[in-house]
Amino acid sequence: MANKYWESVRVMLGGEPRRQPPSDYSEEAKTIHFYKKSEKLDFKALKIEAREHQKKGVWLKRRWITLLAINLLFVVSYWLDIQILEGALTASRLLGFHMIDLNSALQVMLAHKHIIVNLLIGTGTVLVLWLLLGGRTFCSWVCPYHFLAENTERLHLYLVAKKWVADHAFLRSVRTVFWLLFALMAMVTGYTVFETISPTGILSRALIYGPGLALGWVLLLLLFEVFYSRRAWCRYVCPIGLTYGIVGVFSPLHVTYKLANCHHEAECRKVCEVPHVLDCVIKGRSPAAQIDIGADCTRCGMCIDVCPSGALTFEIKGLRKIM
Amino acid sequence: MSTETEPRPMIDRRKLEERRRFLRTIILGAVMLGVSTLGYIPVARAWRVRMRPPGALEEPDFLSSCIKCGQCVQVCPVQAIKLDDIDQGFGIGIPYIDSRNQACDFSCDAVQCILACPTGALVYKKPDYVPTRDEMRVANPPILIAKEKDPEPTLNLKERTGLARLARPDACLAVQGKGWNGPARGAEFEGIMRFVEVDRWKPIPLRDHPFDLELCDLCVRTCPIKGAISLEPMVDMNGIKRMTPTVHEPCLGCGVCEMVCPVESAAIVVDARKGWGV
Repeated sequence: MANKYWESVRVMLGGEPRRQPPSDYSEEAKTIHFYKKSEKLDFKALKIEAREHQKKGVWLKRRWITLLAINLLFVVSYWLDIQILEGALTASRLLGFHMIDLNSALQVMLAHKHIIVNLLIGTGTVLVLWLLLGGRTFCSWVCPYHFLAENTERLHLYLVAKKWVADHAFLRSVRTVFWLLFALMAMVTGYTVFETISPTGILSRALIYGPGLALGWVLLLLLFEVFYSRRAWCRYVCPIGLTYGIVGVFSPLHVTYKLANCHHEAECRKVCEVPHVLDCVIKGRSPAAQIDIGADCTRCGMCIDVCPSGALTFEIKGLRKIM
Repeated sequence: MSTETEPRPMIDRRKLEERRRFLRTIILGAVMLGVSTLGYIPVARAWRVRMRPPGALEEPDFLSSCIKCGQCVQVCPVQAIKLDDIDQGFGIGIPYIDSRNQACDFSCDAVQCILACPTGALVYKKPDYVPTRDEMRVANPPILIAKEKDPEPTLNLKERTGLARLARPDACLAVQGKGWNGPARGAEFEGIMRFVEVDRWKPIPLRDHPFDLELCDLCVRTCPIKGAISLEPMVDMNGIKRMTPTVHEPCLGCGVCEMVCPVESAAIVVDARKGWGV
């Protein structure tokens, strides 16, 4: 079991997903793989059948409504002075309770080297919250930069399809290096260096307190993603994602994969921001009949939306046993 | 023969792409690090010495401990607190007060920006582990004139954030022996402040509160802190007795005098982070 978590962390830090040795495959998984190979099911008919019953963009709608609602709640709390959610995404009060972004808190702790009680309370609350909700859930369900980036991503994909631009990948492990460097810089210089370029903080403050020059930096990042590298900030740079990713390792809320339902079309991998977590959907790769998707998953639900055969679903660990 | 002149088979295409990706990654790393450390320049150069909200730690500690959430901005009843932009580098998102446009007049009575701060960047009393210059400490608990008759007339502040200074005595109306008639900063000025005689709790626009003064003493009469400033007679070089605004030790550097000063640019200004007697 522990092995599964290590593997999930290793892949998140930048390691390539590994094919499991045959000895690690469960009997059930072996049987399913065997039947998939031997029995030539009429996949085409199945696909058409499945597509007809597919609901479009259910999770996308839910997610965008949530994301916009949270960010708007910050805005109206200040503008209308209703004091429900005061502050910005870096730190806030929800009905008076301290909420502090884990990565911002980490940067401040490392730079300032003193931790006061309120900071600890706020960080603890948010830690428990995202531990329950799945860590990187923050990225896709809350982060305003994610919202902009996933929309400009459509433009990037359009340009790539037209062959007007090419997509350039980077080494995923560079995000881990960035995380370490930003932590180190905060500690050594005594400044929260990362916050200067964090589009999450910049956008959240711009929404609440009004726009500024800093939006120019966010625009540059978006242009870079449109014309050079797909979702580059979230995939290769952002330490916030990695901080929440680590929190999400043991989270009970995750996307789960059911081998038996899968037609191995890989639609899910095309829409995924972090396709390395979906390595198991490749034909023959899944070592178990049911697999929990790894920690780097942002729980955005795009894969669930595009999967025509219901192989991917949200799941809360433990709930299956109880019910 | 022909096999020799043909290009070698593409055995290394994958390796080549890997190498390119590696190089790209190095460049990405260098650029991101470069951009983020650029933020140090405005800080090191101190392009603009910013006035921080009351209770702010000394500058380096303030920059390291502020989480850039703006909760202090949200609770300020006169909206004196603003957040800096990316041109301030590491100072991005950090609160400051532009006293000339909108000073902190302590009309909240309780310095609630300090209460709002989640990380201890703004504090009522500086903890022992952060260095604090002696000249920033005020000798006695500051008395807020607005609640002078209350059982607890003092403001919960132990340190000043700056100090007022008569920067241009020649321009000062009091020094020139001139009076002032009308709103302190004209009919267009948008700054607000509390006048206890008008409304104990609600700040009003400065333009809605005109003055008619024989001798201008706006900085003295609007100062929210007891004993921080007074008009003192002084004899100038020509032997003429003139009244001069004189700043005293209780001054906290709130900036109200700078905001209300009717001459352009202000004759009296607040020096951010300046202590008493230095």
